[in-house]
Amino acid sequence: MSTTPVHTPTVPTVVLVGHGMVGQRFLEALADRGVTERARVVVLCEEPRPAYDRVQLTSYFNGRTPEDLSMVENGFMEKYGIELYVGDPAESVDRAARTVTARSGQVFPYDTLVLATGSYPFVPPVPGKDARGCFVYRTIEDLLAIEEYAKTATTGAVVGGGLLGLEAAGALKGLGLDTHVVEFAPRLMPVQVDEGGGAALLRTIEQMGLTVHTGTGTQEVVTENGAVTGMRLSDGSEVATDMVVFSAGVRPRDQLARDCGLTVGERGGIAVDDTCRTSDPSVYAIGECALASDGRVYGLVAPGYEMALTVAAAIADEAEERSFTGADMSTKLKLLGVDVASFGDAHGTTEGCLDVVYSDSRSGVYKKLVVDGDGVLLGGVLVGDADSYGMLRPLTGSVPPVSPEQLVLPAGAGAPVALGPSALPDDAVICSCHNVTKHAISQCATLPEVKKCTKAGTGCGSCVKLIGQLLPEPADKGLCGCFSYTRTELYEITRTLRLTSFAELLDSHGRPEARGGEGCEVCKPTVGSILASLAPVIGAGGYILDGEQAALQDTNDHFLANMQRNGSYSVVPRIPGGEVTPEKLIVIGEVARDFGLYTKITGGQRIDLFGARVDQLPAIWTRLVDAGFESGHAYGKSLRTVKSCVGQTWCRYGVQDSVKMAIQLELRYRGLRSPHKLKSAVSGCARECAEAQSKDFGVIATANGWNLYVGGNGGATPRHADLLAQDLSDAELVRLIDRFLMFYIRTADRLERTSVWLERLEGGLDHLRDVVVHDSLGLCDELEALMAAHVADYQDEWAATLDDPERLRRFVSFVNAPDAPDPSVRFVPERDQIKPDLTVLTIGTMRAGTLEGV
Amino acid sequence: MNLELSHDVDADAWTTVCEASRLTPGRGVAALLPDGRQAALFLDRSGRAYAIENRDPFTGAQVLSRGLLGSAGGRAFVASPLLKQRFDLETGKCLDDDGVSVAVFPVRTV
Ligand code: SRM
Ligand SMILES: Cc1cc2nc3c(=O)[nH]c(=O)nc-3n(C[C@H](O)[C@H](O)[C@H](O)COP(=O)(O)OP(=O)(O)OC[C@H]3O[C@@H](n4cnc5c(N)ncnc54)[C@H](O)[C@@H]3O)c2cc1C
Ligand code: SF4
Ligand code: FES
Repeated sequence: MSTTPVHTPTVPTVVLVGHGMVGQRFLEALADRGVTERARVVVLCEEPRPAYDRVQLTSYFNGRTPEDLSMVENGFMEKYGIELYVGDPAESVDRAARTVTARSGQVFPYDTLVLATGSYPFVPPVPGKDARGCFVYRTIEDLLAIEEYAKTATTGAVVGGGLLGLEAAGALKGLGLDTHVVEFAPRLMPVQVDEGGGAALLRTIEQMGLTVHTGTGTQEVVTENGAVTGMRLSDGSEVATDMVVFSAGVRPRDQLARDCGLTVGERGGIAVDDTCRTSDPSVYAIGECALASDGRVYGLVAPGYEMALTVAAAIADEAEERSFTGADMSTKLKLLGVDVASFGDAHGTTEGCLDVVYSDSRSGVYKKLVVDGDGVLLGGVLVGDADSYGMLRPLTGSVPPVSPEQLVLPAGAGAPVALGPSALPDDAVICSCHNVTKHAISQCATLPEVKKCTKAGTGCGSCVKLIGQLLPEPADKGLCGCFSYTRTELYEITRTLRLTSFAELLDSHGRPEARGGEGCEVCKPTVGSILASLAPVIGAGGYILDGEQAALQDTNDHFLANMQRNGSYSVVPRIPGGEVTPEKLIVIGEVARDFGLYTKITGGQRIDLFGARVDQLPAIWTRLVDAGFESGHAYGKSLRTVKSCVGQTWCRYGVQDSVKMAIQLELRYRGLRSPHKLKSAVSGCARECAEAQSKDFGVIATANGWNLYVGGNGGATPRHADLLAQDLSDAELVRLIDRFLMFYIRTADRLERTSVWLERLEGGLDHLRDVVVHDSLGLCDELEALMAAHVADYQDEWAATLDDPERLRRFVSFVNAPDAPDPSVRFVPERDQIKPDLTVLTIGTMRAGTLEGV
Repeated sequence: MNLELSHDVDADAWTTVCEASRLTPGRGVAALLPDGRQAALFLDRSGRAYAIENRDPFTGAQVLSRGLLGSAGGRAFVASPLLKQRFDLETGKCLDDDGVSVAVFPVRTV
């Protein structure tokens, strides 16, 4: 990765030691200021790969590859003629001769030297700390080693219950280990949160199944044959564990600086002044290795970035001098799924300060705000619900427009908090990772623009929600770049003009510049769905993969299965109402066994079979269709499941046959294409075991019939369904649902669930009731006719596919080698089943054998 | 009419992939190259063919051939079926991330 640009000895040279997050930000700042054009820039990088996003390190365990984590844009070094030496650390500095010697023996003269060597994890000097099975958590290599070792382990322990320790614990838990956390302080995250916050955090984390030991230190790592078997704690207890991850803080890497006689702090850190200069004016130190002029070492990335900009400006000789005198230590994190944030004077150390606390141990929420006597917000701690962090942090240092009590109360309790982003002053810092103000963000129109121009939102990402609220609502309500009409308008156009092809619609009603083109990934599936739901009445083909319709479907619909992260597919047969015979269950088991599929009960009362290659789908479905199964449409924006409780037939409380009704509804609406997926449930009595009130249409039995609820939603923003009508007979119920669904399909936006649609619908529930119950628009006959046509026209997509050799031809991995499986789709064992082999995907292009005989 | 793809421009080596009629305009297919790499081939509405690497650089999965074709500013692109990043079919450049691109292969119909 190194380039050797032409340079003459008269060109000044900048040498950067350490290519971590701050080092890379520094290089970008040099390039921005044109320094790379007039100076030689040399980078010595110790790790085996260029700078990557250490903050997001843990996301490696969620499938981000080391390449994804890279912070260096392709071609960046070449473009700016920067010489990068990967895997070649600096070993010594000769300040008199102004040279740096690297491990490879190369000697680099410098005019300016910048040290960005970061920190190293502190490992307490306990016996056994170097045993096999002991790790630290700092680099990609550390994670690879942990992952490998964890394969043979069942228990893991993390030493340190701070921010990084909890992140490491989450990772161990994610690797399937029984996880312990040992923290010396009396609470978790002692630096960031106070006692109350620590307690809330503890409760939630214990509920997740982690074992937490606070107020106790690690005395010894117990080993057997040189490998970890346990840990002895200072309270005398012993924890059996197969591996130990030390996460007990970090120490600045200042050895290089010490060795060449630069001033370092008593407790470590390379001492620098306001401009990040060390005791030698030609040497700077930035990032976690620096001891700032306020006497602190900053272990966060945002202050490091500030230092990088300060030094780049100084080297570029910018007229406007920058300085770094200290920084905000605010953090917001999601640890093990729990929101934790602290900002400003979180511990209330300011003299005379007061605090306002809200604590609800049932839900694990704890919020504290620190204010001074005049009501100026000084800081705070938020645990369990940190939504308001984005608003509160920028308000620090001012008197908030509403009282502190209102700011800590949960939404819905007491008076509503009328505090929107508009309340923020222009100079409020919205993105603390990149120090971007509200003013700078308001210069942009879209989120991608904000990210490009200001870098805001590209660090920890916690500010993205607030940025979204600051951006103007788009004036153009059109569906996408191809159509200026909304989905609803396109539905009406298609219906009234009886258009049966996308090309026709695009060429006649698209934006002028889009006519004759291909459409895009937004409008094609949307129109595909409209054509499918109107097919019987406009005379379009009923099979969604014939002719031009095939080109419109999202990839899942195109292969009638759900694509998984490694390009394999999952298969979900329909199990109406969740009722299934033992014979059919056995067939599913046999199919899964014979094709080696991972099997899981879904949250929708049916069974998902994962890990099928595209070329295996027809064979799998042949077996399933033969046994009487149909497509479950897990891939479609269409009806998913109608869940049921066992109901009157068996349950002592049941008042109607909820299973029978659920099956009837599922069979009626299966295959119905809609703006978003549709879910339903039927409960046999008001105890509501089927959770019908969280469904798009939910049915609850009464002594006299059925109550119909609509607009419920689980998912990210749950909504309780609204009661539309009571005590309906079977026929009344079905008729009302027919009307409701068809009215929704006709008027909802793309990807708008019924819950959001109902909230948006002018007149809300009352209007909906007027239309579908009282027929105020005179539409009901038409809506019912549309549904009747759908029901009559339904065919199982998989059976129809298997019947037609032409349709089956698409199910191959390679068009020119129909029998060759895709070599990149591989699996590794996990808990007696399989999971995708993701490392295979990170290798880059997999070369399969050869194309024998083709 | 066959679709042919060049996997080695210098050697002027062309591989016959399939009949052009196997492709639905607006969609793609995957092909295995003699050296083991995978290509994604597409036809647009006007019948023009394109070929790029099949590997989605964001996820590592060999899936670009299963994405949806679209056009913006008169140029065809494919949207990855996994996380929806778009790639220009002529240059291989990612339209949503400046630093990322995929290889492009010359194609011809004979
Ligand atoms: C398989 C399953 C998880 C499981 O192992 O249990 C699942 C898996 C997925 N869900 Fe789900 N959801 C599953 C039950 C649920 C449930 C529970 C339920 O249905 O009772 C919910 C909450 C209820 C709800 O939807 O209101 C649920 C809320 C979501 C959401 C959020 C929807 C929302 O309105 O907020 C998404 C994202 C979306 O649709 O945009 C989602 C999206 C997905 C996707 C499609 C994500 C994706 O695009 O890859 C997953 C792919 C499924 C696959 O590849 O087979 N899934 N998902 C469940 C399949 C049920 C089934 O038999 O069909
Ligand atoms: C798991 C984890 C989660 C984190 N989460 C957050 C977070 O949410 N928010 C936040 O603000 N911060 C977080 N941090 C901290 C953040 O990563 C650091 O503040 C940031 O990386 C500091 O950047 P740096 O460039 O100073 O040091 P580093 O990124 O550590 O880079 C220093 C580099 O210098 C190299 N080096 C050292 N000595 C030499 C030498 N002699 N020659 C050549 N190279 C050398 C090192 O190998 C290293 O690659 C987290 C850290 C970890 C480990
Ligand atoms: S909802 Fe009522 S009828 Fe159904 S299982 Fe629960 S208690 Fe029984
Ligand atoms: S605050 Fe971290 S990215 Fe903006």
